[in-house]
Amino acid sequence: MNTSTLETTTKRIMNQVAPQPIAEDDSTDVSEATQFAIEANNLNAWYGEFQALHEISLEIPKNQVTAFIGPSGCGKSTLLRWFNRMNDTIFSAHATGNLRLGEIDLLDKSTDVVDLRRRVGIVFQKANPFPKSIFENVAFGPRLHMQLDKSELSDLVEWSLRKAAVWEEVKDRLNAPALGLSGGQQQRLCIARAIATGPEVLLMDEPCSALDPASTLAIEDLMDELRDQYTIVIVTHNMQQASRCSDKTAFFFEGRVVEFGTTEKIFTKPSSQKTEDYVRGRFG
Amino acid sequence: MSQAPQEHDRLKGQEESSQQGQEQQRRLRNSVGRMLLDHYFRLACIGIACISVVVLVFLIGSIITQGVPSLSWTLLSGTPEPEPSEAGAWPAIAGTIWVCTICALITLPIGIGTAVLIEEFKPRSRWANRIFSVIQLNISNLAGVPSVVYGILGLTAFVSMFGLVGSLKRGESSFEIGAIYYDQFTNLASDPFMSMGVEDAKERYFLAPVISPSDPPTVAKSGMEMFEYQGDQKIPVKIEVLDPFGELPSDPDALSLAIAADTVPGRISEKSWYYFSLPFGRGVLAGSLTLMLVILPVIIISSQEALRSVPSSLRDGARGLGATPWQVVWNITLPAAAPGILTGSILAMSRAIGETAPILIIAGIVYIRNAPQHLMDSYTVLPLQIYNWTSRPQEEFHAIAAAGIVVLLIILLSFNAIAVILRQRMQNKVR
Repeated sequence: MNTSTLETTTKRIMNQVAPQPIAEDDSTDVSEATQFAIEANNLNAWYGEFQALHEISLEIPKNQVTAFIGPSGCGKSTLLRWFNRMNDTIFSAHATGNLRLGEIDLLDKSTDVVDLRRRVGIVFQKANPFPKSIFENVAFGPRLHMQLDKSELSDLVEWSLRKAAVWEEVKDRLNAPALGLSGGQQQRLCIARAIATGPEVLLMDEPCSALDPASTLAIEDLMDELRDQYTIVIVTHNMQQASRCSDKTAFFFEGRVVEFGTTEKIFTKPSSQKTEDYVRGRFG
Repeated sequence: MSQAPQEHDRLKGQEESSQQGQEQQRRLRNSVGRMLLDHYFRLACIGIACISVVVLVFLIGSIITQGVPSLSWTLLSGTPEPEPSEAGAWPAIAGTIWVCTICALITLPIGIGTAVLIEEFKPRSRWANRIFSVIQLNISNLAGVPSVVYGILGLTAFVSMFGLVGSLKRGESSFEIGAIYYDQFTNLASDPFMSMGVEDAKERYFLAPVISPSDPPTVAKSGMEMFEYQGDQKIPVKIEVLDPFGELPSDPDALSLAIAADTVPGRISEKSWYYFSLPFGRGVLAGSLTLMLVILPVIIISSQEALRSVPSSLRDGARGLGATPWQVVWNITLPAAAPGILTGSILAMSRAIGETAPILIIAGIVYIRNAPQHLMDSYTVLPLQIYNWTSRPQEEFHAIAAAGIVVLLIILLSFNAIAVILRQRMQNKVR
């Protein structure tokens, strides 16, 4: 099947599952808000007694790559995990303040996390394909959320694998176990799995830290391609990676956002001494 | 083994030469002693492994040499006759299969479900947490309780149900389904005291249906319709009631339809395959439930271990795609843990097959001629039958007992083989 038909089929499927477009008449104050995918305002988060995040206020812009940098234990991953409520399984985790994804209040206990996680995909540090076939891995998410017939499902799987730049390598062995792939292929498979549910936001928690340089490059190219359609938030320890592939960068230190701005500014003339020390590699 | 002294000499030589080394090397620990220890430790491990293999080979060899010669079709298909050459173990084999199958069907869902609850749905509140840890502690302790204790528990809880739901005596159970009761009458010809004048008539038995098992005995009247078995079919017949000391009809056919006026019927029952009663009585179901008590802790603990060994990154991955807790368990965690759960279940079921003490208490040593027909039927199992045979004075029975052990081992191994094949298949699908 050629790529353009794939694109149309998938777009049709995705439009069916997409949230209803916001009504025209209250678009006056919405238009400004919709520039941002996620907004945090004075967010504090705790694990039990330990406060992991202090007064976080930032806006993640739509259809751009935002990088979170900072030394280990500074709260980057904690914030990322609040974005799709992965912290729900940690019983001691709780937060105050304001955190919104569009119209959804992310701190509200009654928020439908199942639908939220469909709209906010996550890729983890270590590739974690399910012990199933390659096809089943990608089809897992769509099967949870959508009612598709066989050909639609296989189109969606192909589209996702193409999007994640792993289709050429796996197209002849879709029924082979996913655990037989190399580390880099597994990670791209996980990205394909995450975008198959049609998310708006893609969270990446150090996606390249366990990969070789070639696979890292492949994934960075991939992010560059995906930024048109998705809002990407990436946590990374690799300064070069952050400077190469992100539009905006937030520097975290001890649970606070020290500086948040365009990547160029953070890396060339940061306003804070701490940021400068960190991006120059003097600590962390 | 013969290499050991040479190896020792070689290493000893090294030790001496290294002792002549320089002063600064004295501060390093000598590696030769450690290497020798390593060598001897390896030999010791091989020796210990050999001992267990030799014991196993001896055990299996002795059972096979004693048991295989008396293995015969009679043993597999026959009933436990008092004559050694005719004795068979079919009721016991069937009983073992019945009890273990039902036990597996009940235990596996409960055991795996409990493990999933404890491992995958950990409670949030402090109180629920405390209750969970008490349950966990209890499960661990119950795994070590001698099985005979469970036998006594099963006797009270399942066989008589604490006496709460009626008595075990026939017709006094509080709930019954699938049983039809009859009063059985014998005709004149089958009366041992009525041999005069009825020689030509054949012996017949007539069944009068009874509505409730506690009804008083049926009173037979002339012209009454009763049933009679002819082959497998129940045929209605009209009976005659006669004074046995009066005049008897001369026609043998008419005479065979006659029953004496003072005949007292015997109450019998016919039970269909779905017969069910409360309390359970000493039947297959009570035995299976008791075995469930024995193996449930083992299955729960091994399933918990298997679930715990599933990496949490898989759960995170599924949850991150928007799977509900149930979808995570059903689609990801359980399939990934299935090989481990299956291994634990195999071990537990093997234990259930060989378990004797609780069954001895539940079923007792009874003479059973038929394979169980329904869940409440009385039964015996192979280990009990073997125990019964070994306790008899005749030498021939001991040989039959050995053959019975071979049969038991074959059932056990085939049970395990099925599970191993299943597990292999599951793992192949994944890797």
